[in-house]
Amino acid sequence: MAQPNRKITLQPWQDPKEQPYVRIEKVTKKFGDFTAVDDVSLSIYRGELFSLLGGSGSGKTTLLRMLAGFEMPTSGKIFIDGVDMSNIPPYDRPVNMMFQSYALFPHMSVEQNIAFGLKQDRVARDEIKRRVAEVLELVQLGGFAKRRPHQLSGGQRQRVALARSLVKRPKLLLLDEPLGALDRRLRERTQFELVNIQEQVGITFVIVTHDQEEAMTMSSRIAVMNNGWITQVGTPAEVYEYPATKFVAEFVGSVNMFAGRILEDEPDHVLIQSEEAGCDLYINHGVPVPLGTPVSVAVRPEKMALSKEPPATATGRNLSQGTVREIAYLGNLSIYLIELDSGKMVRVTQPNFSRLTEMPITWEDRVYVTWHPFAGVVLTQ
Amino acid sequence: MMRRSSFVLGVMAFGYAFLYVPIILLIIYSFNESRLVTVWGGWSTKWYVGLLHNQQMLSAAWLSLRIAAISATFSVALGTLAGMAMARFGRFRGRVLFGGMITAPLVMPEVITGLSLLLLFVSLEQLIGWPEGRGITTITIAHVTFTMAFVAVIVQSRLVSLDESIEEAAMDLGARPAKIFFVITLPIISPAIVSGWLLAFTLSLDDLVIASFVSGPASTTLPMVIFSSVRLGVTPEINALATIIVALVTTGIIVAGVMMARQERIRRIDEQMAASSNG
Repeated sequence: MAQPNRKITLQPWQDPKEQPYVRIEKVTKKFGDFTAVDDVSLSIYRGELFSLLGGSGSGKTTLLRMLAGFEMPTSGKIFIDGVDMSNIPPYDRPVNMMFQSYALFPHMSVEQNIAFGLKQDRVARDEIKRRVAEVLELVQLGGFAKRRPHQLSGGQRQRVALARSLVKRPKLLLLDEPLGALDRRLRERTQFELVNIQEQVGITFVIVTHDQEEAMTMSSRIAVMNNGWITQVGTPAEVYEYPATKFVAEFVGSVNMFAGRILEDEPDHVLIQSEEAGCDLYINHGVPVPLGTPVSVAVRPEKMALSKEPPATATGRNLSQGTVREIAYLGNLSIYLIELDSGKMVRVTQPNFSRLTEMPITWEDRVYVTWHPFAGVVLTQ
Repeated sequence: MMRRSSFVLGVMAFGYAFLYVPIILLIIYSFNESRLVTVWGGWSTKWYVGLLHNQQMLSAAWLSLRIAAISATFSVALGTLAGMAMARFGRFRGRVLFGGMITAPLVMPEVITGLSLLLLFVSLEQLIGWPEGRGITTITIAHVTFTMAFVAVIVQSRLVSLDESIEEAAMDLGARPAKIFFVITLPIISPAIVSGWLLAFTLSLDDLVIASFVSGPASTTLPMVIFSSVRLGVTPEINALATIIVALVTTGIIVAGVMMARQERIRRIDEQMAASSNG
């Protein structure tokens, strides 16, 4: 019963004819007085690798558990492939979950663990054998079928858990912090493996993670959650380059935030006065905000440039002066902490293009900090 | 090397002597030739032979073993359910009260338990005619009542430390709650259930007070026989019986210890294997 071989459009969420595969409609979940998930609506399309990104207590795990059926929404509805899930218990949902603790059955072998789900569906014994072998091959655990979970390393257990949740070919696979228990090197390798496997099996994945790097690497789209709300949904690039709120800008990657107020607002640019930045900020697109509104401008550290001499094209905008306070040399790039004359600390990362034994810019140097008109993002509130 | 002071050694010796000298004396005196318990008259095994011919003692022992096995089995079934309720049903109304009530029999004086059960059996007999008189049935029910609390506490503490997502994973893979209990939960907590059974068995075998309240004329358990014969004066036969019980218990403990050590060794080897095949 292989999934029908269906061409997956690269960005189904941009195609108005495309029907969402998973629809979450105005879902709220309360535990007593505490609202864990607050009026969340979300559409996920077939074949996506969708991430719910947020800190602890953001409601991402509760939302995932509602998709699995372990929690029932206080209000709102969840549809999977057009079917209302309200009255369907976890054991009848076309959904499987990979748990953060892996939750392998300790008294069963790897083989029995993986076969468990198929046995519940009364699949024929030959078929079970074939599919277990197939999925073990997929996660590269061919020789481990007879082992018990406690005879496996952390990475192997993670793959058994993945195999067990894949073998029933669910319509939707939920992964709760799938790489959380692995060490850093293994995690990086496993990220790509997971994406490869997802492409091979073509199952829609929803991943819960608190690690923004993990979400950026793997996802087709990311929903950033905070306090039970979804603050932004978008591709990794959209979320990174055009954060919708200060929270998103700060949670995803690092950012320099300048407070200011709008001086000029034209369709093709805005000019913002900022005492913190020590200069006027020029951004090459308009914003739908009245003049004088207090706003923040977010500029990513890697989009700023440092120089000892004033740049040739200096206009006095997007140009500030400061003193180098700290330098962290990371090999491929260096991080500079600059104290602007306003007292504001700014973080600038510069790639190390050439192999220099002597750094051109060093501690306590006076430097100019500049950035392009496209680099800044205007954020209200 | 840690230095052991003679004070610590002395305290330790005293402690162990306090625990074991009485038992050792009892064992030695079970081989006493003399009829008088406190007078040493040379070595003999005649009291063991006598014990084999003491029909009253043997049938009481057999009765005690049967009651212990049956009541332990029932108390494991009921205690496991109570433990499940305490550990898994979350915060239901009156959970604290229920929890307190389950553990109350642990600290309740046996005299009170025995007396209240006797009252219950008598009034039940008057109302519905069951149980007819007092005997094996009433002793078994009484033992289930007071050993169940111990089983419930053991099972509950095991379940609390069991990762709940294992049961959720089974449900997610399509198993219904009843099946999850029998195929997943029960096998995992089986060691706790076995130790609960053994504890209930021992408590039942050991019980004198409650059994005295609810027993009838034809049902005299081993502790009751021992106690009544001791009141007439201790015979070395009792010493012999006690020695056999001590030997059985010691063997049980040693076998369990050896088995656990073996399992531990296998687990260590497994873990090394897992570590060396890391990937």
